[in-house]
Amino acid sequence: MVKSTTKDAQDLFHSLRSTYVATPTNLKIIDLYVCFAVFTALIQVAYMALVGSFPFNSFLSGVLSCIGTAVLAVCLRIQVNKENKEFKDLAPERAFADFVLCNLVLHLVIINFLG
Amino acid sequence: MAALESPQPAATTTAMRHAFGNVLSVLILVLIGVLAFSIRLFSVIKYESVIHEFDPYFNYRVTQFLSKNGIYEFWNWFDDRTWYPLGRVIGGTVYPGLTLTAGTIWWVLNSLNIPLSVETVCVFTAPVFSAFASWATYLLTKEVKGSGAGLAAAVLLAMVPSYISRSVAGSYDNEAVAIFALIFTFYLYIKTLNTGSLFYATLNALAYFYMVCSWGGYTFIINLIPMHVLLCIVTGRYSPRLYIAYAPLVVLGTLLAALVPVVGFNAVLTSEHFASFLVFIIIHVVALVYYIKGILTPKMFKVAVTLVVSIGMVVCFIVVAILVALVASSPTGGWSGRSLSLLDPTYASKYIPIIASVSEHQPPTWPSYFMDINVLAFLVPAGIIACFSPLSDSSSFVVLYIVMSVYFSGVMVRLMLVLAPAACIMSGIALSQAFDVFTGSIKYQLGGSSNSTDNAEDTNNAPKDDASAGKTDKGEEIVKERSSKKGKKKEREPADKPSVKSKAKKKALVLPLETSIVALLLLIMLGAFYVIHCVWAAAEAYSAPSIVLTSQSRDGLHVFDDFRESYAWLSHNTDVDDKVASWWDYGYQTTAMANRTVIVDNNTWNNTHIATVGTAMSSPEKAAWEIFNSLDVKYVLVVFGGLIGYPSDDINKFLWMVRIGGGVFPHIKEADYLRDGQYRIDSEATPTMLNCLMYKLSYYRFVETDGKGYDRVRRTEIGKKHFKLTHFEEVFTSHHWMVRIYKLKPARNRIRGRAKKLKSKTTSSGWSSKSEKKNPWV
Repeated sequence: MVKSTTKDAQDLFHSLRSTYVATPTNLKIIDLYVCFAVFTALIQVAYMALVGSFPFNSFLSGVLSCIGTAVLAVCLRIQVNKENKEFKDLAPERAFADFVLCNLVLHLVIINFLG
Repeated sequence: MAALESPQPAATTTAMRHAFGNVLSVLILVLIGVLAFSIRLFSVIKYESVIHEFDPYFNYRVTQFLSKNGIYEFWNWFDDRTWYPLGRVIGGTVYPGLTLTAGTIWWVLNSLNIPLSVETVCVFTAPVFSAFASWATYLLTKEVKGSGAGLAAAVLLAMVPSYISRSVAGSYDNEAVAIFALIFTFYLYIKTLNTGSLFYATLNALAYFYMVCSWGGYTFIINLIPMHVLLCIVTGRYSPRLYIAYAPLVVLGTLLAALVPVVGFNAVLTSEHFASFLVFIIIHVVALVYYIKGILTPKMFKVAVTLVVSIGMVVCFIVVAILVALVASSPTGGWSGRSLSLLDPTYASKYIPIIASVSEHQPPTWPSYFMDINVLAFLVPAGIIACFSPLSDSSSFVVLYIVMSVYFSGVMVRLMLVLAPAACIMSGIALSQAFDVFTGSIKYQLGGSSNSTDNAEDTNNAPKDDASAGKTDKGEEIVKERSSKKGKKKEREPADKPSVKSKAKKKALVLPLETSIVALLLLIMLGAFYVIHCVWAAAEAYSAPSIVLTSQSRDGLHVFDDFRESYAWLSHNTDVDDKVASWWDYGYQTTAMANRTVIVDNNTWNNTHIATVGTAMSSPEKAAWEIFNSLDVKYVLVVFGGLIGYPSDDINKFLWMVRIGGGVFPHIKEADYLRDGQYRIDSEATPTMLNCLMYKLSYYRFVETDGKGYDRVRRTEIGKKHFKLTHFEEVFTSHHWMVRIYKLKPARNRIRGRAKKLKSKTTSSGWSSKSEKKNPWV
């Protein structure tokens, strides 16, 4: 039972990795960016757990800026991915411009809230 | 029609028709805006351009401060002329949207050298924004069902009485701009959902920010949208557009909501927002699942699922346990009092008498539905069915919106306002479908042979609309023109794909000619009834400014301007630093018009302070004097309607004062003021009632008016007619005795032994004796 589960798990990882390697490079860059942003957010949460949450607005704005930019990058990835039939007539430049605009608004709010 | 035979002219004719349709739409929208603006002007015509009610006076005072001192002073303003001696942090407790909007409009107009006063801008803000709200409704319904439905919904919203009641010219309150912000936010959400564009998602977050700035009802948006997302996921309608519509909104929206000082950290700490975070996590899980499903084979996917479920369960359990512990540690489970009273309608009456005492917070009666949304009450079910006939994401959203708003409007009559846009959208959709079917039938019957007329939609709708036999509407000629334009437009599209619809199906959708014509005429006529009702409601029911009263009698029109008379007296005859005590209803008006410091006002944020004033009003004179003296009060103001029959006076509100005071000071018991459970002020009243301050201040010298002391509101003669006041002196009574102002007598300088005994003998022997020789207070 355990053997079949471990074998299954290994098969799973293999197939995941093989399909993931096949994705285009620009999507992989976006994925890397998302991972980086989430990792930064986790570091901030760990820091808050150590040091206390006194300027709570700073903590909130820091974590939410990481999460926010990760979410926006995922949206960009959705729009740029060639396999998505719904977005085939959306130019990737337009998608990137929207991404930049939304990030601008997000960071404006963050700077204001950072205190 | 000739268009089918020759495709070349067909293209230009189509283009012409579209151009004509667009121009007509724009013209109709402009007219709708003018209609929405002008139907709200009745109070300005019948009375004058004055701010109404109570809450708008506070907003007006804040706007005046903003226009005089600038935005930094406003943002950091600590108001020491209210809630004496506590004061109130205005910057942190007010929703700034309305004030900033009106302030900006005033500033822009003045810099263009159009010298409108602040008061004029405040009075007319609401009608202007209701025009904007109708246009936003057009945009929202257009996204759901098309421009015909949009125009119908817009004209219905321009006139619906429930919205008029809170946005009349002069009703300068938060809802005036908040309803526009609400509809606009929903429009941008649906637009993002339909197009999947991140640009609209950004605009959506900004519109949500404007809504948070404007009204506490923004929690409705931040709970409705997650509910809709969850509904879409559960019914299998997850799509990348849903993720783009929801996820950026949550992050940006929470940040923007936290920016507004009155919300602050509540945006992440209170239970009202937890739904959005929960659905945020859920949508990420679902997105991940769909992604993995897309890249794995089905067998591998099954393996993945079993693996993840077993690990995931454990993690989930831990997280949920932590969350439950956090929530359970706060006494109300993290909800605020107002939200709890929405979820459990009996909560307020048991625990928070102040919330229960406001008449706007009571559940509505059945007639108020027909008064406020009239004919739309019949059309909403037809609209719901029309939304299902192709069920899309946007139409499921509108259905959810109306169901939720019907529930909340059933809990609190004030929330009928949130129901109004939903009802208008639904009715607009239903009307548009009905007109489509009827005009299509007429065209088909008149056009004869082979034309594919109609919309493949609703075979259900046709009999349903006949059965409901309409009620609803638009204007008269505009309807005919618009319906013919819609009919033509609808003809174009099926003509391009003739193979899709079979001839048999077309025949089944067509009604006989006479039926269609009669039905159209009936719909138009009943629509006329809706217009008449709306105009009547706007003119008669909702245009009263409450600060000026009128009544018709045999000898003409009487105007009762007592409130402004007394506030003017206060502002001219008292010192700037004098404190005035009254019941909390009149706090805002006193600070705005009389410019005097008050003890409690309509913000009702401090229950103990209000209970102190309530206790003072319910106590005998000496105890009341002690309480007021400890608060540095100089003047006491009561509102009395017994001479002219004004029913909203302080004696009618007195039991609430007793209840609220008794909630904090246990020596005030409601039963002491009731005789056999009945509240009376005549000779059968209890001695506690006859000796309390409110009774005395209301009825002092009242017997001099007609010799018998007949109270026109309570319809009896009063119990104690001849008495003197020992600790207060009357300084002002307005023309119709509606407002009475008393001054606290200063304390005696010294109390000698004998006089002390005499004083105690005098005060204990009752107030009605006329034979006191040495009254130490005279």
